[in-house]
Parts: sequence; C-alpha cells; structure tokens
Amino acid sequence: MGIQGMELCAVAVVILLFIAVLKQFGILEPISAEDGGDAELELSAVRHQPEGLERLLARTRFTKKELQSLYRGFKSECPSGLVDEETFKLIYSQFFPQGDASTYAHFLFDAFDADRNGALCFQDFVIGLSILLRGTVHQKLKWAFNLYDINKDGYITKEEMLEIMKSIYDMMGRCIHPALRDSAPAEHVELFFQKMDRNGDGVVTFEEFLETCQKDEDIMSSMQIFENVI
Amino acid sequence: MAAGVAAWLPFARAAAIGWMPVANCPMPLAPTEKNKRQDELIILNVSGRRFQTWRTTLERYPDTLLGSTEKEFFFNEDTKEYFFDRDPEVFRCILNFYRTGKLHYPRYECISAYDEELAFYGILPEIIGDCCYEEYKDRKRENAERLMDDNDSENNQEGSMPSLSFRQTMWRAFENPHTSTLALVFYYVTGFFIAVSVITNVVETVPCGTVPGNKELPCGERYAVAFFCLDTACVMIFTVEYLLRLFAAPSRYRFIRSVMSIIDVVAIMPYYIGLVMTNNEDVSGAFVTLRVFRVFRIFKFSRHSQGLRILGYTLKSCASELGFLLFSLTMAIIIFATVMFYAEKGSSASKFTSIPASFWYTIVTMTTLGYGDMVPKTIAGKIFGSICSLSGVLVIALPVPVIVSNFSRIYHQNQRADKRRAQKKARLARIRVAKTGSSNAYLHSKRNGLLNEALELTGSTEDEQHMTKGTSLIESQHHHLLHCLEKTTNHEFIDEQLFEQNCMESSMQNYPSSRSPSLSSHHGLTTSCCSRRNKKTTHLPNSSVPATRLRSMQELSTIHIQCSEQPSLTTSRSSLNMKSDDGLRPNCKTAQITTAIISIPTPPALTPEGESRPPPSSPSHSTNIPTTATTNIVKVSAL
Repeated sequence: MGIQGMELCAVAVVILLFIAVLKQFGILEPISAEDGGDAELELSAVRHQPEGLERLLARTRFTKKELQSLYRGFKSECPSGLVDEETFKLIYSQFFPQGDASTYAHFLFDAFDADRNGALCFQDFVIGLSILLRGTVHQKLKWAFNLYDINKDGYITKEEMLEIMKSIYDMMGRCIHPALRDSAPAEHVELFFQKMDRNGDGVVTFEEFLETCQKDEDIMSSMQIFENVI
Repeated sequence: MAAGVAAWLPFARAAAIGWMPVANCPMPLAPTEKNKRQDELIILNVSGRRFQTWRTTLERYPDTLLGSTEKEFFFNEDTKEYFFDRDPEVFRCILNFYRTGKLHYPRYECISAYDEELAFYGILPEIIGDCCYEEYKDRKRENAERLMDDNDSENNQEGSMPSLSFRQTMWRAFENPHTSTLALVFYYVTGFFIAVSVITNVVETVPCGTVPGNKELPCGERYAVAFFCLDTACVMIFTVEYLLRLFAAPSRYRFIRSVMSIIDVVAIMPYYIGLVMTNNEDVSGAFVTLRVFRVFRIFKFSRHSQGLRILGYTLKSCASELGFLLFSLTMAIIIFATVMFYAEKGSSASKFTSIPASFWYTIVTMTTLGYGDMVPKTIAGKIFGSICSLSGVLVIALPVPVIVSNFSRIYHQNQRADKRRAQKKARLARIRVAKTGSSNAYLHSKRNGLLNEALELTGSTEDEQHMTKGTSLIESQHHHLLHCLEKTTNHEFIDEQLFEQNCMESSMQNYPSSRSPSLSSHHGLTTSCCSRRNKKTTHLPNSSVPATRLRSMQELSTIHIQCSEQPSLTTSRSSLNMKSDDGLRPNCKTAQITTAIISIPTPPALTPEGESRPPPSSPSHSTNIPTTATTNIVKVSAL
C-alpha cells in the first residue's frame, strides 16, 4: 500500500505542476475572483469657501482688517476651509498640556457649530467670536447658556451641568493642588444650582441664569476681560 | 507653542467666557498689549532677493533672530527694509519655517553651510521636521566622520607628538606599523613567521619518500626534529609577541577579551599542552586533535590584512540573514528527505535507510553536486528526486545574487529602522519636554507674576521689569488663559514632583488634621484670588523692602510646600495671614484641609542667600523642595 500511496502522490504532484505550466501559458484561464474594482479613489476633501467679506462684515462686529487677519490665520491652519471635530479637539488640547481637553472641546464644538453640520466653517467660527468678543452681555450669557445646555432644549439640568463641570476639571489634569477629589465637580454643580436655580425646580432656565449672572459682580466683571483679544 | 496653534489662541481665549458663570472667584486681568501695532508687511532683503511677510509671522518665534528685536540691527533706513548679506536659497527654507512651523532640509544643500545659516538665524536644528530629519542626521554624521578622518590624518602627519610613555609608544607601534622602522620590522617578522608556521603545518603531513620497510611516512615524522625546532621557534616568537602586546595594552582586561588575543592564545596553546603532556598512549589521541587548532594561526594574518578584517566584520553583521537562509534550506532539506525516504522505502537494498540518511542525498542533489552514491530506484523516488534537484537550483542558485544585494539592503534598512526607533524615542522625549516645558513655563511665570504683584505694591518697578523680560505676549496670554481655568475650578496647577509629594504626605497622615493654625492649609490654598485681594487691602507691617520681599514671598509661595522648621514662627506668620483672610473667606470656596504645611522658603538666617538667587527655574527650585521635605516629614506628622 505504501508504494501505491506514494506513487499516487507523485502522480498528483505531476498533474499539479502540469496545470501550473498551462496557467503560465494562459491556456487555462482560471476563474479567479476579481479584486473589488479599483482602489477607492479618495475623494479629496471638499474645499469650502467662506461667504463674501461684505456679508461677514454685515453679520459680525469685526472690522475688515480684523476679518482679514482672522481668515489668514484660519486658512493657514485649515486649508480646506472646514474644521472637523477631531482636528478641533487636537488644536484645543494643545493649550492644555496637563489635562485632557477633548470632552470640553466637544462641547465647545457643538456650541460653535451653529448649523450642526459636524464641521466648523469660517462663518461659524467668526460669528461665534463676534458674539464672544464684541457682543452685549446678554448675547454672551446666551452663548454660555447654550454651551451648558447640551441637548439645546432650553433647560440646564443637573446632569448636563455635571458633565460640563467634569470636562472642565478634566482639563486641569492630575497634578493639581489640592488633590482632586471625585466629588469636587458634583459639589461645584451644587453650588452653581444653589446660586442659579431660583425656584428650586431642579433645572435652570435662561431667565434664571440671566438674572443671577446680572446680579453677580464677579461674573459681570469677568465677562469684560476678553475685550481686546483680537 | 507651535506657530499654527498660536493663531488659535484668540479663539481659545474667547471660548474661556464659557467658564465665567461657573467660576466662583473673579478672574485675573488679561495681559495688555503695550503698543499694539497694526499688522504690517515687512521686507527682508537677502543678498538682493526680496522676501515679504507679515510682522506677526516672524514674531511667532521670539527667540530667533528674525522674531526678536535683534533684526533691528539689520534695518536699512534708506530703503526701509531689513538687509541680510546671506545665502538667499537657504533663507527660503528658514522663512518657510516661520510660515508653516516646519523646518525642512533641502537635499542639495551642503550640510555645513546649512548649519551655519541656522546658527546665524538662531534656529535650533532639532526642530527640523520628521520628513527631513533623517537625511539631516545622516549627512551630519558623514560630515563628522570626515572631519574626524581629517583630524586623524593631520595628527599622523604631524612630526611632533606629545611625549608618550614607553608603554603607549609600544602600543601605537603594534597597532600602526608605519610609525617607526622598528615597528615595521616587527610587523614583517611576525608575518614571516606566521607564514612559516602555516606552511610547516601543511608540509608536515605530506608523505615524502619511503623508508626501508615499504612504509610511506609523512615528512613530519621523518624529519621530526627539524619540524619540532621550527615549531618551537615560531611559538617562541608568537609568545613573545603576545606578552609584549599584553604589556603595552592600555586596558589589559579589554585586550584579553578581544578576538585577536583569543586567536593568539588558541594558536600557541597546543604547543605548550603538548610539552606538558608526556607521550602517554591514552592522551595522544587528544593531543593529535589539539594540533588541529594550530591552523588558527592563519587567522593571525588578519592583523596584516585589512580585507580579512572587513570580511569578518561583514559576515558578523550579516549573520541574521545568513541564519535565515540556512533555516529555509534546512526546511527544504527535511521536507525532501522525508519524501524520498518514504518513496524509497519499498525498494530492496535501498540506501535510504532512514530520514537522516536521506539528508545527505537531498543536500547533494539540491546543490546540484550529484555524487551518485545514493540514487533513487523507484519511479516515485525518481519523480521526487527530480523535483528535488529542480527546486535545489531554484532554492540555492537563484537567490544567492539576490541575497547578496539583499544583505546590503536589509542591513541598511535595519539600521534605518533602528535609527527611526531611536529617533522616535528622542522625538517623543522632545514632545514631552515641550509639553512639560510649556506647563513649567506657566508655573514659573505664575511665580514671577505673583512676585510682580507684590513688588508693584512696594513700588519697586525696576525689578518688575527685570522679571517680565522673559515672556512674550503670546505666552503671557496663554498663561492668563490657564490662570482663568485655575480660578474656575479653584484648583492650581503644580509640578509633578510636588504632586507626588502631596500624595506621599497625605498617605502618611494617620489622623485628620486639626484646624490648628500651624497646620491648616487654608492659607496655602485659599487661592491666590483671595490672597490677591488680600494684598491690596492689608499693610505689611515691615516697611523695609528686602524683608517685605521675603514676607511676600512667603505669603505668595502658595505653591511651595516645605516643612516648617520652627513652629512658633509659623504660628505668628499664619496668624497674621489668618486675620486678613477671615473677612474674605465667605466669598471664596474654602479648599479642603490637607496635611500641607505652611511654607517658609528658608530660615531667616539664610534669607539674603535665597534672595540673591534669581527667580529659579522650576527644575532647580523643585529639587530643593523634596530634600527638605523628606528629611523633616517625620517631625511634622509627629506634631
């Protein structure tokens, strides 16, 4: 049996080699599965042009020169004209090397991305900046309220505030003094609600928020410190 | 901070408005830009070629020539442009660095010219981008080697050498025979004797003539005495040479471990062992084996031949590739040997008695030697045998030239991969350094800033200007942003080391600390917002300036945690601060009580010393802290 087995093997090998030679000559076209077409062409990122300078001048409170210098900086960083969330998180994290700024950057991104299309274009960027730097106190507070209100339903709940607070504390990182306790964000949220929630219904509406902030001197004065950023 | 990121700083600062309603303390004031200029185009004339750029582009890197006021030295009043009498080609790369934040190295540029330009413009070569960094390092290394070679040949041509000791001259003579005639003579003599020894070994075994009795004798046995004398002479020379080298070697231990000395020893050992051993019948067999080692004398020629050394080095460095080749060959041999064995099992009187016995057939067939001592007889055996020889051609003959070129390619690739890995470590280290640098810069400037506030109070403005010299506007704005974040969360950034220390301290504490004034940290941590207000309203009792500075340093060093040496002093100071703090407590959220101790930088006796030190950079300062802390930590917790 052994001999026959080996002879069978030998014959099988010979046949295989024969087929291989035939394939070489192209006589036997094997039925091979096609590769899935060409490699996908990576569509280059769509280039996004901002609105005209005149329109932006009308919509914001910046001067022409300011808009020009803002756009130059924006364009040199994002040649495609759009900032997606990952890039935004990356850029924002560079300012806070000790901690993790990605969660807060996510909230910021949502606050700036007014048309909710997942990318920041120059309009969103510059309109947001206009509110923050040149707007009235009312507008600034509205912006801040919008930032805290994660689901944009007009109410700040304790859970939303807790998330915001945790993301702010995350930016501080680990090496802080005094050492961060786990309850620090929650306590801060409590303090915030005590101050803001007038009628004690567990949510803060914009009217309560506005009223409390306008009465608080510290907050009012802090709102003004970034006047001359641009 | 990266250039591009600086463009986003205004945005990050504006976004900080989101923290305002959440914070419980007022925010610090923003740094103001003194003499804020409208952004303008400036013209840089480099040897006639005009480059234009915005002023703010250049100011992104304030510690370079173009970014600082140093460029004013090159300002040409008549043409209102900055004129540099340098290479315009390289300047293109340098200006691009300011624009994009990445420094590239053009391949066509000479490495030393490029280095000079970088040094002139005050740019460190380490920031060359990853795309060009490897090339830059390679060229730099080649250049350094070339310089070293030049230096060496220069040194060799110099007649006057500093006087070396006798030992050093001897070693130089051994290593480099061209230094003196004696060394040359020695070199040729040893070479001659190595040749004589090798030829003797060979001729020893040739049968020369018959002796009555019809027995062919090898020459070695016929002229035994002559050969023995020759052998002795050679071994004498080799021994003397070895001992001289051992004496002259600068590091005897390293010399003994080197390959050449091992070869020397192996070459002469058999002779001595032969002398020691008598003509005992049992050991004579072993003695004969030892004589084989005499052939290693031929390796002594490698001292005389550069080529041999290079070959040895090449084989050593390509060892891994050769090993892989051997492994794949072994696999093929085993496969075919097994197949042949089972194919030939049935035939009678088959030479393929076992698989190891088939190895010989497989090797001989694959290398196309074909001795013919083992031949398959069955049909299956013949088929597989022919496949074996065909694949032998493929396996051995074809890849050999490919492997030869693969050697150099794979070798260089590995080197590059290792370099890249080493660079990656260096790159990550650089990034980490930059990160810690920026956070350290913040902490450092915070201390400076707090010191500034105190100085402002006492009216010493010249010192304040001295302190703020270091930070640029962008840095101060960034620090202001981080400061606002601290205020919002009522926590402060500290060093990694201090943080570890705090953890250590808090873990060593067995009981919750009392609210005794000497141990409570409310002073230390009711954050600088309150202490800042504090400074504005209280009058420091001591009017003399140096002492005030000391006092304010104590008050302000909220970050430094050191052990108190004199508790009494502590109480007095803390009570002073406590009085002023009381009124402000309700406004600020009180920090939790930890075991941190009130700080006194130094006992009063050492104050002048402490003050004369310039505001220390964080690394040096923080190194002071742990030492005092660790030595005194037991004392404090015992309190």
